[in-house]
Amino acid sequence: MAQIELSAIRKSFDGTDVLNGIDFRIGDGEFISLVGPSGCGKSTLLRIIAGLEPQNSGQIHIDGRPVDGIRPSARNLAMVFQSYALYPHLSTFDNIAVPLRMRRLSAIERLPLLGPLLPGRRAKERGIRADIETIAEQLDIAPLLRRKPGQLSGGQRQRVAVGRAMVREPLAFLFDEPLSNLDAKLRVHMRAELAELHRRLKATFVYVTHDQAEAMTMSSRIAVMMGGELIQAGTPAEIYNDPGDIRVAEFIGSPKINILPGRIRKDGGIDVLGTALRLACGATAGECRVGVRPERIDLGTGPFSGSVVHLENLGAEAFVHLAIGDAGLRLIARLADVRHLPAMGSPVAFGFASDAVRAFDPAGKRIPLRAEQSERIREPAHV
Amino acid sequence: MNNAHPIPVRAILRHFLLIAGAAVMLAPFIWMISTASKPQTEIFSSELHLIPHQFALRDNLREAFAKANLLRFLLNGVIVTVSIFVLQVMVALPAAYALAKLRFLGRETLFALVLFGILIPPQATAIPVFLLLHEAGLLDSYAALVLPFTISVFGIFLMRQFFKTVPDDLVDAARMDGISEFGIVWQVMLPAAIPAVTAFGIFSVVAHWNDYFWPLIVLNSEQLRTPPLAVAHFRNNEAGTSYGPLMAAAMVIIAPLVIAFLFAQRRFIEGITLTGIK
Repeated sequence: MAQIELSAIRKSFDGTDVLNGIDFRIGDGEFISLVGPSGCGKSTLLRIIAGLEPQNSGQIHIDGRPVDGIRPSARNLAMVFQSYALYPHLSTFDNIAVPLRMRRLSAIERLPLLGPLLPGRRAKERGIRADIETIAEQLDIAPLLRRKPGQLSGGQRQRVAVGRAMVREPLAFLFDEPLSNLDAKLRVHMRAELAELHRRLKATFVYVTHDQAEAMTMSSRIAVMMGGELIQAGTPAEIYNDPGDIRVAEFIGSPKINILPGRIRKDGGIDVLGTALRLACGATAGECRVGVRPERIDLGTGPFSGSVVHLENLGAEAFVHLAIGDAGLRLIARLADVRHLPAMGSPVAFGFASDAVRAFDPAGKRIPLRAEQSERIREPAHV
Repeated sequence: MNNAHPIPVRAILRHFLLIAGAAVMLAPFIWMISTASKPQTEIFSSELHLIPHQFALRDNLREAFAKANLLRFLLNGVIVTVSIFVLQVMVALPAAYALAKLRFLGRETLFALVLFGILIPPQATAIPVFLLLHEAGLLDSYAALVLPFTISVFGIFLMRQFFKTVPDDLVDAARMDGISEFGIVWQVMLPAAIPAVTAFGIFSVVAHWNDYFWPLIVLNSEQLRTPPLAVAHFRNNEAGTSYGPLMAAAMVIIAPLVIAFLFAQRRFIEGITLTGIK
């Protein structure tokens, strides 16, 4: 249970800036996901929090205590790695026992032959065994304690790695893409398990992933990182519905948000594909980009039209790919009702509600919009 | 393969070549066993035969053990090779860990020096090392046999290449668990690197068990002699070379290596392929 405070964290490798001043505050008991495309610095940030990598500048406070320059083990954080990083020569039991033995036994008691003969060692080993058995019971790995990591499946190794983290009762858990080595089905299952574990332990979780679905489903807050900067942090719903930056809008959501070219008129109105939207903004006239989520595109009616170039029917839902005009502009619409799919190549009219529109300026920043009362929501199709 | 002929010509040719090669390799050993089994009279007879008419292996062995303290020499061999190997591992593993997993200024330069060190033949440094041991007053001792070989650049190189393949996550996990850097070397890297250590051990033990050059230079005392010197002992006898006991002694001193090879044949081949690939 801890809050972690990052202030102005900078890191560069060989002259390349990886992190450009990260300020972030992780609350006690939060499940924070750091998401972003590969190379955005999210794993580096996690390693800096863990103490495995020193930052070039900036401070980290854990529970108000500065931890800069303090060894990883002394920070009392636990980490679960993508490759699980279990000791291959040790049994599951011994793997989980390592952090406890390192902490509870003295250097002499840990000696291979002499150690077990020392008087206090027995009692300590009993304590360690009891703790491990409790953890194994909770994680459902009790029957696996004698096996070596090589004899375990991916999901089992994952649990053992979590067990090794839990057994130390750390201030916070750090996860570095722990599910990306699992197959799709198991990943969905482990997602639920980890979220459940977080609810039960009420500990602080910092979770690094490039998979936005993991971030959306598990976290209490998501921090989106791009190019070494933390662009936006908020609850999954906020990040999804209210992206502050076009890169966030494009990264979160699958299929990707549709981006259409637009113009801001002199009077503040917005035109998209030559059609005026019933929206206005205070921004200066010029180019802008308009984003609409696939599920907010209404097929069949609306002022725009395109032709169907591809259909993806997933059973419960379908994605209709539309080509608009000759400029190669593509758009994806989600259809909840798969029984009435448009035919391939057929022209389709479409539109979207004005509250589905997110506008971004050429630099990618969000432009605040307000509804314009004077015009109709949708104009009839011109074609 | 030629489809017109049912007889696999190439395979026969291949086997013929392999058999010829094997015969060349094995001939000295067969000759050694043959000579060791013959009485003195048969060894010097003009007619050539491999199977002795009169089997004298026991007599030759008895004479070999009587003439020289063979057991003592074998023990010397064990003491020297084991000490060298243990010390080499104690030096090479931490060095290889630092070169493979730690980031520090000049690491690449140091590694280049290690590679450079592999290129230097031991004979090139023999005289300076000999003088050094002389100054230290260590000539004619176990130390003189062991010390010059404790730092094996080949061992450092081999282990470094192997440690490179150990995932960084494992090292980081150990750091999170509170294991010190030296602890990581012995508790995490060593168990992960057992195949590489075995391969290195085979090379080290074979090289130093068979080493003739260095012990010949630094030793005087008979009781410190290593097995290859022991064989030479028979040759240098003023009474003329007695080939029977000499070959019997040679059989005895190569026996440990042959037996070890037979027991660890798979590991041995693994070791050679390991060094070949990496």
